[in-house]
Amino acid sequence: MALATDKIGKRYPAVAYAVGREKIREYAAAVGETDPLHHDLEAARAAGFADLVAPPMFAVVYAGRAVWPVLFDPELEIDFAMLVHGAQEFRWGPLVLAGDEVVTEVEVVRIEARSGLGFYALESRSVNQRGEQVCVGTWTQIVRGAAE
Amino acid sequence: MSLREGASIELRVTPDPYVTIRYAGASGDFNPIHIDEAFAREVGLPGRILHGLWTMAQVARAATEAAGGPDRLRSLSVQFRGTGTIGEEIVISGAVKAGEPGELVAKLEAVQAGAKLVKNGVAVIAAS
Repeated sequence: MALATDKIGKRYPAVAYAVGREKIREYAAAVGETDPLHHDLEAARAAGFADLVAPPMFAVVYAGRAVWPVLFDPELEIDFAMLVHGAQEFRWGPLVLAGDEVVTEVEVVRIEARSGLGFYALESRSVNQRGEQVCVGTWTQIVRGAAE
Repeated sequence: MSLREGASIELRVTPDPYVTIRYAGASGDFNPIHIDEAFAREVGLPGRILHGLWTMAQVARAATEAAGGPDRLRSLSVQFRGTGTIGEEIVISGAVKAGEPGELVAKLEAVQAGAKLVKNGVAVIAAS
């Protein structure tokens, strides 16, 4: 089956995410982050932050909301049962804090057959309420058997 | 804490039986291969497997704890391999080298029971 390479460059509508204090605490606990900046409001304020600080990998939460639905876009013809997460990159800007509003846009940047595998890479760009780019993510998914 | 060129980074973590449940709730990734033992076995896995992005979060934590805070981590890229399992210790390790001016670069991997879960991890860290 030929891959839908004509969909490289396809963009999706922006998705907004309101960063909550308790969500930061929940995420930090789930990944074992014990830094008080993620849990203790007084400690975060004492360190000069207006509110709790999200761990860098919290990008999975605010950008993921925009990225995951794209994998189900029928135009990309991804066989979800054969999907594995191949690689991930994040490049961060200013820290994300509780109370921030982060808007993420996603673009298909790579669809390629290699060694019998289908490679699909999505790029997410996340911007806070001041227009600062807080995170750029490259999400590379591999579909087994897609290019035989 | 100040991280220097030539330093090494190590973090050990043993995923407890409910870590994938908590991470599913926290991250929104409810793929049943991570939370449903019977489903995971049906699709040929040894059991529920770890979320790759949870394992990447351990690599990120190794970098930020060594560097002295979340604001120090400028970028992290990883390749995922294999399937992480519950109950077995994961060792994240790497070496710190010089990077661009004002930056350090840590080459990191995550290994569980001799198998790499994360390879070619590269963390760019702001120097203090």
